[in-house]
Amino acid sequence: MTKLTDLTVVQALNGLKNKEFSAVELVHAHIDGMQKAACLNAFITETPELALAQARVSDARRASGHAKALDGIPLAIKDLFCTRGIRTTSASKMLENFVPPYESTITQKLLDAGAVTLGKTNLDEFAMGSTTATSYFKPTINPWTEGDILGAKRKLIPGGSSGGSAAAVAARIALAALGTDTGGSIRQPASLTGTVGIKPTYGRCSRFGIVAFASSLDQAGPMTRNVEDAALMLKLMSGFDEKDSMSVDIPVPDYTQALGKGVKGLKIGIPSEYRIKGMNADVDAVWQKAADMLKAAGAEVMDITLPHTKYALPVYYIIAPAEASSNFAKYDGVRFGLRVNGESLNDMYDMTRSEGFGKEVQRRIMIGTYVLSAGYYDAYYLRAQQVRRLIRQDFINAFKKCDVILTPAAPSPAFAIEEKQKDPLQLYLEDVFTVTLNLAGLPGICLPVGLSSEKLPIGMQLIGKAFDEETLISAARSLEESANFTHKPLFTV
Amino acid sequence: MQNNSNPITKETVANIANLARIKVTDEEKPAMADELNVILNWVVQLDEVNTVGIEPLVNVNDEDYGSLRSRPDIVNDGNIQTQILANAPSAAMGFFTVPKVIE
Amino acid sequence: MYYVQGQTGEWEVVIGLEVHAQIISDSKLFSGASASFGAGPNESVSFIDAGFPGMLPVINEKCIEQAVKTGLGLKAQINLRSVFDRKNYFYADLPSGYQISQFKHPIVGKGEISLDLENGETRVIGITRLHLEQDAGKSLHDQSADDTFIDLNRAGVALMEIVSEPDMRSPEEAGAYVKKLRAIMRYLGTCDGNMDEGSMRCDVNLSVRKRGVKELGTRCEIKNVNSIKFVQQAIEYEAQRQVEVLEGGGKLVQETRLWDTGKGVTRSMRSKENAHDYRYFPDPDLLPLVLEASMVEKIKAELPELPDEKKNRFITEYGLKPYDALVLVAEKATADFFEKAAKGGDAKLTANWVTTELFGALNKLGKSIEESPVSEEMLKELVGLISDRTLSGRLAKDVFEDMLSSNKTAKAIVEEKGLKQVSDSGAIEKIIDEVLAANADKVAEYKSGKDKLFGFFVGQVMKAMGGKANPTMLNELLKNKLGK
Repeated sequence: MTKLTDLTVVQALNGLKNKEFSAVELVHAHIDGMQKAACLNAFITETPELALAQARVSDARRASGHAKALDGIPLAIKDLFCTRGIRTTSASKMLENFVPPYESTITQKLLDAGAVTLGKTNLDEFAMGSTTATSYFKPTINPWTEGDILGAKRKLIPGGSSGGSAAAVAARIALAALGTDTGGSIRQPASLTGTVGIKPTYGRCSRFGIVAFASSLDQAGPMTRNVEDAALMLKLMSGFDEKDSMSVDIPVPDYTQALGKGVKGLKIGIPSEYRIKGMNADVDAVWQKAADMLKAAGAEVMDITLPHTKYALPVYYIIAPAEASSNFAKYDGVRFGLRVNGESLNDMYDMTRSEGFGKEVQRRIMIGTYVLSAGYYDAYYLRAQQVRRLIRQDFINAFKKCDVILTPAAPSPAFAIEEKQKDPLQLYLEDVFTVTLNLAGLPGICLPVGLSSEKLPIGMQLIGKAFDEETLISAARSLEESANFTHKPLFTV
Repeated sequence: MQNNSNPITKETVANIANLARIKVTDEEKPAMADELNVILNWVVQLDEVNTVGIEPLVNVNDEDYGSLRSRPDIVNDGNIQTQILANAPSAAMGFFTVPKVIE
Repeated sequence: MYYVQGQTGEWEVVIGLEVHAQIISDSKLFSGASASFGAGPNESVSFIDAGFPGMLPVINEKCIEQAVKTGLGLKAQINLRSVFDRKNYFYADLPSGYQISQFKHPIVGKGEISLDLENGETRVIGITRLHLEQDAGKSLHDQSADDTFIDLNRAGVALMEIVSEPDMRSPEEAGAYVKKLRAIMRYLGTCDGNMDEGSMRCDVNLSVRKRGVKELGTRCEIKNVNSIKFVQQAIEYEAQRQVEVLEGGGKLVQETRLWDTGKGVTRSMRSKENAHDYRYFPDPDLLPLVLEASMVEKIKAELPELPDEKKNRFITEYGLKPYDALVLVAEKATADFFEKAAKGGDAKLTANWVTTELFGALNKLGKSIEESPVSEEMLKELVGLISDRTLSGRLAKDVFEDMLSSNKTAKAIVEEKGLKQVSDSGAIEKIIDEVLAANADKVAEYKSGKDKLFGFFVGQVMKAMGGKANPTMLNELLKNKLGK
């Protein structure tokens, strides 16, 4: 009998349906796991009592024949989703004690589907980062770290910003988790932790109630242990929301129906510009392996070009900070969050924001303010938006030739934070394979395909056409089958 | 974009910090200027791209789902004073309070 | 032409006005909270208005229509595609740290407005643009010694910012502009124009230049002037101030000033360091607003008759004097009242009665025309009685007074008090004979040259007849009797 914490979401739903165990038992096992895995710092706020209460209600519902789509399934929620009555910190001192009196649309949908809230997971502060080490709280440790987690010499990062969610899923603390992705924050951690993550098409999932980082780039997405679970979660998370003016009003397909379609005749594009100089050999090898697997499964693999790829990172690091600098102006100590008293209003603003925001957040606000300021707007922000249009056009052109694009999701496997902290730019390069999708608004999925020579997971990213998550899921499922990645992290509950 | 390879000076840092309402001490200014310059010197490569005649992209879906949706003029929100004030660092008699502003 | 008399000569004043008009709508521009005035602090506030994390704007369709309507009322170009931008700055009553506004692509472009000046002339002033934006909350500085109190009820209410070309040249023109703009919006039902409630606020942009000079001088902005009178006073003061600075050899700083109502002066705003850098950029939470031409056409087709058209029609259709027509169309309710009351009757006389007696009475009672105790039908009847000579003009005034308090109709009062004008020559003659007989000495004086006594006799006859004698007839008959 599989350990309850080793099940997939779909397996757990079947087990519940077949009365092999109750939701209370299922959730209990995960609460125990959460305690066992405390050393990973995957969670900022744990909600075991709430989880058990929800589990009891779930069992009652199931008993009366009214089980919902995700009834009884314990989830970890990135602490960027506003959850009514549960502290939502964005991993920042600024919101350390903020308790939202409202619920995000997506978490509401999942609650309505009967899901259970295990707790709020750790992230880079305000989602700005790719290591989860900029969190105001302790950094999350990748469960693939060798040896005893607490004493490990080389504590590996889980990636970021959705590192807590990735670690929770990888370590089997939660059956699935929610993340957000602005420049790769679901896909890169998925790659580094050997899990599956989807960033949907921009406008597919509602942003209402998610603490905004960069409004034109942010999307919520599922983080799971396999493609099937991700498809189910995506189906339940997606949909038009009238409260989000950027939400697109088109029907949500049943993504689980796309699972078995295979890749026969599917055209897979390999962009030459993603083969960067000095690329990590293991990543390159897994990329090649993935292409071969897809070919063997009946896909046609072809070279394509995305000419403006190299400009994506600079474009991202102009647009994202610019939007963030404006989005973060609301953190001023007036109506909620941290307030540091000052002699005057401006003094209060200065002190509150200097103390409430960590260094990386401050840096990005400064950059963002600069590129929007008088005299620099045209040179930086406007220009970045123009290049963004070209990047998007690259994809539209490429998708005339192919149906799906295959690339790595991260330039290297997981590393220890000290190894790359020389300057902020170094860490920005982590996003090289992922930011393009956010800029173009396209969907992407990352799934584990192979191991590095140090036995660390390497994930591959599939990029799809706008609102064509179905094809992505078909291709991902096929690749998953071929790759047969059954490795588990060194630490699981 | 800039020809000057280090566009951010201590004064620029002071100006931006003022606009952003973030306190940067005199000691911190040089390091902040350096960090920002590294980033700006890196993004300057966008100058290589020919952007003549290219429409800036603000909303990714602007070509296919491109116009703003409106809602009917109905009052269906508000009247939640307690919740609005629930997280207030300082409030009195239904108002938020802040250090006195002299106009 | 208005000039400021300086030491060195005459100075022309160049004035532009920016008016912020609160849109009449039930809910706010981007949230569903109530836009009404009068709730307790922070009661008409949604999480969106309060700038909470994760909140997003969704635009109110009525506010869009109201802006289009107003643009059409200003004969302006409606921009079918407009964009919302964020205007970024920090202030305690601006919860998100930015205001959603429109910078480069406003919903309405160039238009014009016609001013009615005191000398009967009209002057056309250009409108540069009109755009939609959010209002901010309110800061109260006088509730406590150490703190400012913040109420966000007004935060997020829809505003139209209407910018004029710098075409005005005098306080009178500025006043006429505000008056006309207010009237148009009230006619359209897009803004109630209550300056004392703050639903319409004016910023004055003013510069001076020596008469004959073409270049514009340095401009100062005077913010938040909240009555027409203050707009005019502020202009007078500021123009004078600027002339004095320049004639004294000084330089003017382009700055924002406040109008100090108590002292009657403009003051530099203390908190102005350098000019704000608002870092406008298109709001990524909103798509461009794209209007269907058919929607604009429909609104255009359904526009009510506006003050200028109505005034012109009153002049041609009813033969009214331009001044009277102008007074009647100042408020749509007044114009409607007049037309109803004038229907089928003597329009000129009705107009006269509305603008003198009725207005006077309503003023005294502190009532608006909508609350008039004398209805349109009641006034129509009264005027009718004067027209058909049942009632003399003078007695009509008395009847009107009675109507105001008793709510009875004119006919009823005339019946009750037997006030029917007497136009029976025989009856009048009889009284004339009696009066002349009783005042034989005065008759003699009159006949020997004291013409003034004619009035005395008229008065006596009128008195004896309780004011009911038809005056024209009385005059005729008396003249005959006195043999002149």
